[in-house]
Amino acid sequence: MTLASVVIVGAGQAGFQVAASLRQEGFDGRITLIGDEPGLPYQRPPLSKAYLLGKIQATNLLFRPADFYTTQRIELLHDQATAIDRLNRRVVLASGAAVSYDHLVLATGAHNRPLPVPGAELPQVFGIKTKADADALAPLAKEARNVVVIGAGFIGLEFAAVAAALGANVHVLELGERPMARAVSREMSELFRQAHEAWGVHFDFRQGLSRIDGDNGKVCAVQTGDGRALPADLVVFGIGVIPNAQLATEAGLDIENGIKVDASLLTSDPQISAVGDVASFPCLQNNELHTRLESVQNAIDQARTVAARLMGKPAPYSALPWFWTDQGNLKLQIAGLSHGYDSTVVLGSVEEHQASVLCFRNDRLVAVESCNRMGDHMAARKILARAPKLTAVEAATDGFDLKAWEAANRD
Amino acid sequence: MPTLTFIEHNGTAHQVKGDIGQSVMQAATFASVPGISADCGGACSCATCHTYVDEAWLGKVQAAEGMENDMLEYAFERRDSSRLSCQMIISEDMDGMVLHLPSSQF
Repeated sequence: MTLASVVIVGAGQAGFQVAASLRQEGFDGRITLIGDEPGLPYQRPPLSKAYLLGKIQATNLLFRPADFYTTQRIELLHDQATAIDRLNRRVVLASGAAVSYDHLVLATGAHNRPLPVPGAELPQVFGIKTKADADALAPLAKEARNVVVIGAGFIGLEFAAVAAALGANVHVLELGERPMARAVSREMSELFRQAHEAWGVHFDFRQGLSRIDGDNGKVCAVQTGDGRALPADLVVFGIGVIPNAQLATEAGLDIENGIKVDASLLTSDPQISAVGDVASFPCLQNNELHTRLESVQNAIDQARTVAARLMGKPAPYSALPWFWTDQGNLKLQIAGLSHGYDSTVVLGSVEEHQASVLCFRNDRLVAVESCNRMGDHMAARKILARAPKLTAVEAATDGFDLKAWEAANRD
Repeated sequence: MPTLTFIEHNGTAHQVKGDIGQSVMQAATFASVPGISADCGGACSCATCHTYVDEAWLGKVQAAEGMENDMLEYAFERRDSSRLSCQMIISEDMDGMVLHLPSSQF
C-alpha cells in the first residue's frame, strides 16, 4: 500500500518531530498535525526555568515559524481528537470533522498528576505543563514572597531554583527521602540538596500536605502532613504525570502504563504508531521491559525512528536515553538509565557542585550523571552507546578520567 | 536584520535573515537549514548545532569557552573554529557572517 496520508495526534516535541522528519526523509504525501493548544508548536523545557525568568521570549520557544508549516505542507489543526475510527481509518475531532489516515501516529503526551488535596483549585496553585501555565505563573512568581513547591522532581526543583533566584522564601515538600529520587543516585541527590539549601531553599522530606488554605480566594498557607501551617502565596506542584492514553484505550489499543508499542514503535494496530511521553516501549537499557520515558531525547529519537520506518527504513528503537535539567547555575545531564544500580563511583567534587556519578549494575556501567561536567556527559554518551567495558574498580582508581578512558577505548 | 550564510558540507549555501538577540541556531532552524539538528532546542545540552565559523570571521566572534567548549570536545570533527550555534547570539556586527556545517552532527 502506498502511504498517501499521515495523521499525527499531538503537536508537542514528538508530534512536531514526526512531521518534520517525514518531510526531511522525502515523504510527499499529506501530513496533518493535530494539536489542542493554541498557537504554533513549541518546546516545553524552558517553561519551568529560562522562560519564567524572562531569559527567553515566546518566539524563542517555537520549533519553527508559521511559514514552515505552509512551505513544508504540514497542515496544523487546532482541534482535539475525540475518537479513532480504526475500521475506516479516520480520526474524529471535537469540531465534528474527521481526518482520514493511511498511518496514524499518536503523540498525545502526558498531563500533570493533579494535586489531590482541598484547596488545589485555588488560582495561585500551579502545575507547569503548557505555555499558558507558564504565562499565568510568571507574574505571580515575580511577586511571590512565600512559595511552597510540592514534589522535589525535575520540574519542582527547576521552579524552586527560579523562585529562590527571584527572592522568594521557598519551601519544598517531598514524600520521598531525597530530591529527584526516581531519577538520580543518592550522591547526586545530595549534591542538589546542598546546592538548593545554599540558595535558601528549605526542604521537608518524607512530608506531604493535607490541604491548601485560602483567604478570600487567595492561597495563604499549606498544611503539611504533620500538621504545620506553612505561609504561602504561591504553590507549584510537580508530582509526576499521567500518560494521555484515553484516546488509544477507547480505540481498543493495547495499553501498559501508556500506549503499548513494539520495538519498532508500532501499537497493536499496524496502522498506528505511538511516540514520546505516551509510548510504553520495550527499552533496551531497561532489560527490554516496557518503559515510558518523559524526555526531549526520547521524543525526538522515537519520532525519527517512526518517520524512517514509514519511509521504508525500519529499525528497532534503541537510542541511548539522555536527560538534562537546569537548576540555578547547575546543569545536570544524565546518560543511560540508573534503574537498579548497585554501586557508584564519584568523579570530581560533590561539595563543589562539579561531579559525575557513575552508576553500575552487576559491575556494568548503566548510567552517568554529570553536574557541570559536560565533557563527562558527552564521553558517557559515547561509552554507553555500546556495551561498555568500564568496571567500577577501574573507575575508582586514583586520577581516573572518563574522557581519557573514552578516547583510549574507541575500539 | 543581519544576514548569515550557512554552507552545508556539500557546498550548498543558505542565506538566512536573523533577528538581533536570536541565537544563530534558531536563525538556522527557523529557515530549515539542513545539517543543524539542535535536538535540545538551544539549552547547550546536546552538541547537535555544531558549526565552523568562517576564517574571515574568526577574530570577530569569541571562541568557545567553558561548558560549550566541554561539549564541543565530543562534537563530530571538532576544529579550532568550532562553535555551538545555540551559544552565539546574533548582533548587528554579525551581518554577512559565514558559517560552515560539519558533515554530521552525531
